[in-house]
Amino acid sequence: MSDLTASAAPAPAAPAAEPGRKDGSDRWTQTLRDITGGSAMISILAVVFALVVGAILIAFTNERVQETAGYFFSRPADLLQAVWDAVAGAYSALFQGSIYNFRSKNFLTAIRPLTETLTFATPLIAAGLGVGLAFRVGMFNIGGRGQMLIAAGAAGYVAFAVELPAGIHLIVAILAGLLGGAIWGGIVGLLKARTGAHEVIVTIMLNFVALYLIQFLLRTPGALQAPGSNNPKTPAMLPTAVFPDLFGPRYNLHAGFLTVIAATIFVWWLLSRSNLGFQFRAVGQNPNAARVAGINVKNVYMYAMAISGALVGLAGINQVLGTVTTGFGAGIDAGIGFDAITVALLGRSKPWGIFAAGILFGAFKAGGFAMQAAEGVPIDIVVVVQALIVLFIAAPPLVRAMFHLPTPGTTKKPKIRAVKSRKTNEVVAK
Amino acid sequence: MKLELRGITKRFGALVANNNISLTVESGEIHALLGENGAGKSTLMNVLYGLYIAEEGEILLDDVVQKFAGPGDAMNAGIGMVHQHFMLVPVFTVAENVVLGHEQTTFGGRLDLSAARAKVREISDRFGFDIDPDALIEDLPVGVQQRVEIIKALSQDAKVLVFDEPTAVLTPQETDELMIIMRQLAESGTSIVFITHKLREVRAVADRITVIRLGTVVGEASPTATNAELASLMVGRAVELTVHKNAPELRGTALSVKNLTVIDARNQVVVNNVSFDVQAGEVLAIAGVQGNGQTELTEALIGLQHHVTGSIELDGKPLRGHSVRHILDSGVGFVPEDRTEDGLVADFSIAENLMLDRSSGAPFVKGGNLQLGFRAKFAAEKIHEFDIRSQGSDMEAGRLSGGNQQKVVLARELSRDLRLFVAAQPTRGLDVGSIEFVHTRIIETRDSGIPVIVVSTELDEVVALADRIAVMYRGEIVGIVPGTTPRATLGLMMAGEHAPATEAVL
Repeated sequence: MSDLTASAAPAPAAPAAEPGRKDGSDRWTQTLRDITGGSAMISILAVVFALVVGAILIAFTNERVQETAGYFFSRPADLLQAVWDAVAGAYSALFQGSIYNFRSKNFLTAIRPLTETLTFATPLIAAGLGVGLAFRVGMFNIGGRGQMLIAAGAAGYVAFAVELPAGIHLIVAILAGLLGGAIWGGIVGLLKARTGAHEVIVTIMLNFVALYLIQFLLRTPGALQAPGSNNPKTPAMLPTAVFPDLFGPRYNLHAGFLTVIAATIFVWWLLSRSNLGFQFRAVGQNPNAARVAGINVKNVYMYAMAISGALVGLAGINQVLGTVTTGFGAGIDAGIGFDAITVALLGRSKPWGIFAAGILFGAFKAGGFAMQAAEGVPIDIVVVVQALIVLFIAAPPLVRAMFHLPTPGTTKKPKIRAVKSRKTNEVVAK
Repeated sequence: MKLELRGITKRFGALVANNNISLTVESGEIHALLGENGAGKSTLMNVLYGLYIAEEGEILLDDVVQKFAGPGDAMNAGIGMVHQHFMLVPVFTVAENVVLGHEQTTFGGRLDLSAARAKVREISDRFGFDIDPDALIEDLPVGVQQRVEIIKALSQDAKVLVFDEPTAVLTPQETDELMIIMRQLAESGTSIVFITHKLREVRAVADRITVIRLGTVVGEASPTATNAELASLMVGRAVELTVHKNAPELRGTALSVKNLTVIDARNQVVVNNVSFDVQAGEVLAIAGVQGNGQTELTEALIGLQHHVTGSIELDGKPLRGHSVRHILDSGVGFVPEDRTEDGLVADFSIAENLMLDRSSGAPFVKGGNLQLGFRAKFAAEKIHEFDIRSQGSDMEAGRLSGGNQQKVVLARELSRDLRLFVAAQPTRGLDVGSIEFVHTRIIETRDSGIPVIVVSTELDEVVALADRIAVMYRGEIVGIVPGTTPRATLGLMMAGEHAPATEAVL
């Protein structure tokens, strides 16, 4: 639909075929398709524009800029200099905090920010893949928090309570976490398939169920609570179940990053090379046609949500087995389940796009702290930039208008939904 | 108002959709714009309506050159459009829809709906539409919704009305009523542009006919021209409107349907105790006015309906109660009624659409992996075999013209090992050339010994294809008669009168 390449080289039949085209799926799905179906160019422009707006905010909040603005008309150069200093300082701190620290003389320390970025990116990519996969099947998975918590709980329990040989222990813990996430996501798919319940509502509600379930378990001795403690916190993970460091103890980056690379490859294979993924995409684009073609739409919803839940669960696993191995509380999800939605949107729901978007957001997280420490720029600026990215992506027409990009398709969209001349088939039959 | 288009040229990249088209519509004239799908009719009208800006040429109204930057300008200049897919808000009333975008308000910003109602009544009375201004759009039949569109255009003082394929969604009766309305409008001085590809309608109502092919005007004709003349102008060659076929070679009963009853989601009995047989090697056409249970009957055959009683047996094996997957695997080929909605995934490539209903096993899938090499080869073969006009097998199906989309569906269904072929409205919305292609394919399928069911609301199609005709009315089969039954008899049966003594005993 909103693919830029489509309008760049229209087919001979395109103008005639377009006006007659209609989409019977509900507007929710159509919007989803519009938001996720855009091109990489939109994503890049959204990031650039968000950074520009971020620069303006940095300049506005800078004290030196405010001061020089007072005597702008007598010495305008001062203001421009101050603006430049503020913005350049903040963004170079962001860069040095996330990619490469020029101030460090030693390469091994200079490169440390990049490994921090990758560490932060690891759970974001995993959860982003899960959310993105659900997008491709036409579903909003807002349940990242719940799926992460359940997966973290399952993986964590195996990691601290079960004693197994090194290696096997880690694998069993990972599998337990994946299973936990898959079940928590699969419930959503099951309810959608059996009862037609909307996944947005179910996932949001299951977030609360998971949160209070984990909180309860964290206060129950013998369950997740550390023995001999009154705090709602688990004991530390056994060393046999912890992701080994990739480049030694000097860096935080752990082997969980490899699982995320594997997950990205898996999702790429699933969506573009496997028949299950073919069915996923068919259901995501046109569930009616998929049903007529003999694809079991209900099963597709269940499988897709289970796999989506497992991928989001991988983020939870990475948190407890890689990042916070000293025991965790109910806040272990750290909002990653929601950030993942942004990552999936920015990555256009494509596996490698999500991978790149996850690293970008990891860089924002890593660099944001450095920016605050070095330049006194509030870390909230980074959150604002992230929010602006979502805004610009969710409003492709706005971005298109700003950059004078051609509108996908050649006709203007009617403002009013056309009356459907035939009865709509319920996809999920009663 | 006199409308004149002079030398309109509209390009999309390398494609010239309209090439130097000139057209004059006199005041009070019905001017038919005839052409195949993709000929450039809709593009031309979108230029007229301000949706597209033409690269060359000008639009004149009463000899004054107009510049339209958008539909608003066109509307203000007196051009109204009745779209193929109605632009109405389903949950609004007729009056609310008619004033939408031009709301009159009273003190305090309140909507002046009584003025809107009066306006609807006034126009409705003038043309004998009999429309309740307070009826909700979603409760109205399609034909009446179209009249609301007409009222909407007229309420903006449209002097030139463009009807874009208005009959595509109408029943035969509604079509006839629309013809009368168009005549009335013309008599009251409105100029009408009537876009269609249906020859019968053009000859029934048009004062003048302009034929467009591949973006160029290829000729003008008067309504007295024969179907054959018009058709050959449209497609650039002589077209046979009837299908050449030999007597059927019957090979025994293949499909046997007994006491089939379907209850829909609203708990209505939509197919009521229907029984029929289809022999291998024959075409059974199911005729009837749309909405008399044909859609639900075909959906029941393919396993898409959930509350079905009775029995469906194909070659002695029961089909009822099985999944769509199982029924397709039993050798049933199915061309759904609505190809864009049920037949194709618009964002999928042609190749992907060609494997849509074979995504669970060989030859397209091995060990869970898509066989991309095989698929590309298969797609290239089918594109060649079915003459699918495209930029290659990676082109999105949604960007094909209607006829080529239907060819993709046909290619997919006919390339499986079939035991039964069911085609619902196989040529709806297609141009003459594509209709001929589809019909030929259906007869070839029959001649290869496969039982064929064709559901069609077009009597021409039924008569051209059928060896036997089952006529449905209100969910029941009124009678099954030979394919040679006169149209008058079929017409009576479609209105619910029982079949004459000539019950088919094939």
